[in-house]
Amino acid sequence: MAVNDYESVMSRKNEIMKKAVGIDYERFAQGKVGFDYERMMSEVGYKLDEIIKIQKETAVGQTPFIELKNISELARKLAPEGKGARIFLKDEAANPSGSYKARRASVSVYHAKKEGYPGVVAATSGNYGAAVASQAVMRNLESIIVQEVFDSRGVGQPEILEKGRKCEAYGSEVLQLSVGPELFYTFLRVLEDTGYFNASLYTPFGIAGVEPLGYEIVQELQERENRNPDAVIITHAGGGNLTGTARGLLKAGADDTKIVAASVDLSGLHMASDHDFNRKSFTTGHTGFGVPFATWPDRADVPRNAARALRYMDDYVTVKQGEVFYITEALAQIEGMERGPAGNTSLAAAFDLAQEMDEDQIIVVQETEYTGAGKHPMAQLNFAKENGIDVRNGNPDEEEAGKSVIIPEHPSQIRAREVELEKLKSSYLRKVIEETNVKEINDIDLQFLADEIKKTKAETREILEKEFNLSVVGG
Amino acid sequence: MGEVIEAGSWVQIYQVILPAGERAPQVPEDTKKVPLELKVKGFLKEDAELGDTVKIKTVTNRILEGELIKVNPPYEHKYGKMIPELLQVGPQIREILREEEV
Repeated sequence: MAVNDYESVMSRKNEIMKKAVGIDYERFAQGKVGFDYERMMSEVGYKLDEIIKIQKETAVGQTPFIELKNISELARKLAPEGKGARIFLKDEAANPSGSYKARRASVSVYHAKKEGYPGVVAATSGNYGAAVASQAVMRNLESIIVQEVFDSRGVGQPEILEKGRKCEAYGSEVLQLSVGPELFYTFLRVLEDTGYFNASLYTPFGIAGVEPLGYEIVQELQERENRNPDAVIITHAGGGNLTGTARGLLKAGADDTKIVAASVDLSGLHMASDHDFNRKSFTTGHTGFGVPFATWPDRADVPRNAARALRYMDDYVTVKQGEVFYITEALAQIEGMERGPAGNTSLAAAFDLAQEMDEDQIIVVQETEYTGAGKHPMAQLNFAKENGIDVRNGNPDEEEAGKSVIIPEHPSQIRAREVELEKLKSSYLRKVIEETNVKEINDIDLQFLADEIKKTKAETREILEKEFNLSVVGG
Repeated sequence: MGEVIEAGSWVQIYQVILPAGERAPQVPEDTKKVPLELKVKGFLKEDAELGDTVKIKTVTNRILEGELIKVNPPYEHKYGKMIPELLQVGPQIREILREEEV
């Protein structure tokens, strides 16, 4: 009989995972620090045309692509003469479970069924749970969703309570946990107990499932405007949305399109803190995931994360909670679309970025998500007030996560604030060096690291030598 | 004596997964001071009262054990009161859109 204390279960992690995802990550190992990412994606995942076929079977994708004429016009009114790009939106809320996450779940669930697993398990407090549950019932599989929901007072985050309800609506077993990273321990025990497939967000299946989203954007825009988008802006948390979309854009030939990540600024809040847990108004799309996952993707629930955002990111911006609530309200009030709120993070950023772009340019906001009780600006702001957060109108620059949510007094106050990408790239390299304890690397390693941070080998070599005193042999 | 809850009722149970003091080493101090708790729903296996240790069958047919805490557990998340801080947004942006180019 297996021993099930924390340490014992964690020590069986690799063996449990291997059985539950059926991927031997070892075979992609390469050099001293890295692995062959593209080979992993092509050998484990499915090809784009196969994915499109798989997704058609369960009504995933081919979502409406909408020009936000009134929001674009509003941005133009606030912008200098000749500025104010056209803003387009991919209405991902039209997927069966109400978010783009259906794309991410579709391939995992298909694969689980094909491989003969009786069910799927996912560790997620987000829209992914409902996506897995919805895809699972379509393919007659059981599903279990493990969520982090409530603090030590037993108070649940309204957005996560709603996501849990939606999972149950699709016949899923939902394990609701209190705050803490040991959710992973419970998750491992469920995998061992059930023999179900780990529908991780971070396998090649999950990421490849998002590629058609980027692909559809290019196809639609080519058909309607005969051009590629100038920029695509992507709400960034764990990195899968960005990685998958960017790969799809590239596969469609949009290699000049700028890839911009956007997260809600929650700096100062600790994601594993019982106290901080219910002092945030966003449970995803925020810097609490966005920054650590960009700088160390392999913190995920699989040994090699297929979501590697720094490989594709050209810019990274943050917006404030109050700004996202403002733009969510604007989307309803002048575009007639009630969506979000977390999915509108990139829309808030796009609204500002559009004002810096020329008026004949196009910026694409690549997702929306469903909204409802709990998962709504009203629910979140009432909850914030109940938890002692100062909610008021004012200058969002003054918003402090965990203390205040400041709704802009005027739309011109909505700002996309630049994150120093160079710093994130350096901290990624530092983490690699710490984790692998290398003293010198070779040319294969250098190429891997250069790809990981979207730089040339020469640039990467210079950082490694100057900042980290790490020598590169050969090359 | 409390009210008897019949076998087959849809209920919620509670378990402590890791007591305070046995939390993972990397968790912050405030989280270390409290247990890791679990709530899960299913059909009650045998008649019981609130607070009893019971077994349930979940929708995936797993048998789980824990303290019986709720019968027909409700969904209580909602929209709540109107947020006055958001009321200005619609009128304000419609006004800007109506303004003539200067």
